[in-house]
Amino acid sequence: MIDFELTPQEQATIAAAHQEAEELLRPISRYYDEHEHESPEELINTLWERSLAGGDTGGMLGLGIGAVLRIEETCWGDAGLMLCNPGSGLGGAAVLSTGTREQMGRILARFNEGKPKWGAMAMTEPGCGSDTSAITTTAVRDGDEWILNGEKIFITMGKRAIVDSDGIVVVWATVDKSAGRAGIKSFVVEAGTPGMRLEKLEKKLGIRASDTATIVFDNCRIPFDNILGSPEVRKVEEGQTPGFKGAMATFDATRPIIAAMALGVGRAALDFIRETFAEEGLPVRYGLPRHELTAVERDIMDMEANYKAAKMLMLRAVWLMSQFKPNSLEASMAKAKAGLAVTKIAQKAVELMGPLGYSRKYLLEKWMRDAKINDIFEGTGQINMLVVARRILDYSREQLK
Amino acid sequence: MISFSPSEEQQMMVNMVRQFTTAEVRKIYRECDEDGQIPGHIIDTAWEMGFINSYLPQEHGGLGEEHSAITGSLLAEELAWGDLSMAMHILCPALVASPILETGTDEQKNRYLPMFCQDKYQPATAALIEPLFNFDPGSLKTTARPDGSDYVLNGEKCYVPLAAEADILLVYASLDGSSQGFIIEKGTPGLETGEREKNMGIKALATYELTLKDCRVPEDSLLGGRVNSGFDRIMNYSRVALSAMAVGVARAAFEYSRDYAKERHAFGEPIASRQAIAFMLAEMAIEIDATRLMTWEAAWKLDKKEDATKEAYLTKRYADDMVLMVTDRAVQILGGHGYVREHPVELWLRNGRGFATFDGMATI
Repeated sequence: MIDFELTPQEQATIAAAHQEAEELLRPISRYYDEHEHESPEELINTLWERSLAGGDTGGMLGLGIGAVLRIEETCWGDAGLMLCNPGSGLGGAAVLSTGTREQMGRILARFNEGKPKWGAMAMTEPGCGSDTSAITTTAVRDGDEWILNGEKIFITMGKRAIVDSDGIVVVWATVDKSAGRAGIKSFVVEAGTPGMRLEKLEKKLGIRASDTATIVFDNCRIPFDNILGSPEVRKVEEGQTPGFKGAMATFDATRPIIAAMALGVGRAALDFIRETFAEEGLPVRYGLPRHELTAVERDIMDMEANYKAAKMLMLRAVWLMSQFKPNSLEASMAKAKAGLAVTKIAQKAVELMGPLGYSRKYLLEKWMRDAKINDIFEGTGQINMLVVARRILDYSREQLK
Repeated sequence: MISFSPSEEQQMMVNMVRQFTTAEVRKIYRECDEDGQIPGHIIDTAWEMGFINSYLPQEHGGLGEEHSAITGSLLAEELAWGDLSMAMHILCPALVASPILETGTDEQKNRYLPMFCQDKYQPATAALIEPLFNFDPGSLKTTARPDGSDYVLNGEKCYVPLAAEADILLVYASLDGSSQGFIIEKGTPGLETGEREKNMGIKALATYELTLKDCRVPEDSLLGGRVNSGFDRIMNYSRVALSAMAVGVARAAFEYSRDYAKERHAFGEPIASRQAIAFMLAEMAIEIDATRLMTWEAAWKLDKKEDATKEAYLTKRYADDMVLMVTDRAVQILGGHGYVREHPVELWLRNGRGFATFDGMATI
């Protein structure tokens, strides 16, 4: 039965998240935008204690509607600070989607106790981004251990995972370069492992409260059991490669979440416009014939409709996941639409607000900078369009490059 | 609890309509567009499927199912996927039945609803649009003036589907500045049906101009029996119906151009293997899905009896743009072949362009 009613529990979750965003995030939003690489310790501790108390320090996998809408709400507060939220994060998502029961217990237990911790994912390299099959970081077996060598960049929360906390980073590496995609496996590296070091922190356009790290692996030895999935390199048919499948399964879960994050930023911008207009006594008049709408009303309505379009696609992707139904196509649709729509919404909002939009006195210009990341990480808009295109055409990567 | 899954019953109805459109509508729609008419047997077959009488109360002879805008949207999309002209023709009687059901008086329901529960198609229509570039449904130029126990209507209407054959017309006019419906029976003096209109698209659907010259109707013709705010709800039903139909037309164009792009080879491979084409198709698919889901949400709001104006209005605007974008791209993907009438995409572009004009011309 088609239904859009949120459960009372979901409504409560959203209301609580909204209050948290207003009280905890918005007041410090500008400070951490202007003091990049400083850590919002107080916020982190508060959030960590709350999630410990709530028994919810899990990763980004298997989230239901309520949890994803909470993420939207938190990003309405501040997307960069939302990413600082301690927990197993993307690293945890990889463990949950490809790890064994033993690994989940051993590796993820830390996220339910003690001090704040983070789990990060290291996939991108200086020479490869979306084309993960070109990964050059190597993992060589040596008895009971793997030896990792290589450089990983753009690791969201990389510093907090391995320097600031006793967290983990999931590293994608090849065990057999000649095997192509089939040789790519993921490995859990725990904070403090010798041979792993933080090389650099990026200075970014937006989401400055979150750290984006370069991590180097220099003969970094990890236990053999830290490989996620099978160590075997099986040359199977394209699209069936197990290691790769793990990464893609993770994306099915994380892409709708990025869409939700984007929507939070977009709604922050939209709310700012609506409030400013309301204060000035300028209503947005729904129901008027086209010729009577002002150009600004048209713009706002287009922004609102695009927000809603993206939100519907996001909800569908999450709903499918919650029903244990395949959602690769829908997840990429949601991510592609939300990333681009929100980028445009925020940019248009700055234009509409004129001097208020461009000034750092208000947060709108920051939201425009924050919004853009959603069109880039977890697969650029173009990569997601490629996924959508292949799916609707029933084409392999050879048939549509 | 959020769900995107139609009920089993809804899915069965969708499948039934899909079978009908595939087996019958799609066989003749091009011919209908060229000839400007729809064979009666198609309309009769569709009537037997019970699109309208299913949601009319049993006391009036209907099946007494819920008047669900969500179900209506699902069916409207499927019908429009088959052909927009036929979808609008088939659902045309709803332009009278649905507003009477939603906002009519008991007397109006008793009198008119049984007509829509007969075995034969009951021609009925609504007249809302006026021949002005700045037509505004909320501020109609057609007027209704109280005169004794009657109302006297004056004005001009256009895009009135099936006006020539309709036994009942719901004519919208401004009464003291607010838009109100008047139920007018065929043959009422002062109600003049003009020439059949020649339009860019929906050519198989007969639409007419209508003139009201001191057209005198009794007091109880006023829909709802008193000046009321039911007009917004009627408009929202129409917006949802048309958004669903836009999704149907767009889906037809998308599917055709997708299949063509996989068949058509250029430079040694299917043109769909090029990102320039593949990305167009991907965007079409995304926007079609997004519009469908927005339509469902607006319909859901209507079904909850809440004010759905914002949702329905934004969705309709979005759907207007979406269907034009999708049908235009379908033509573009076929290139020169898209421009010739051997392929259907030019028909869908012509039909698609109309949605921005069609407000009030269809409902569920």
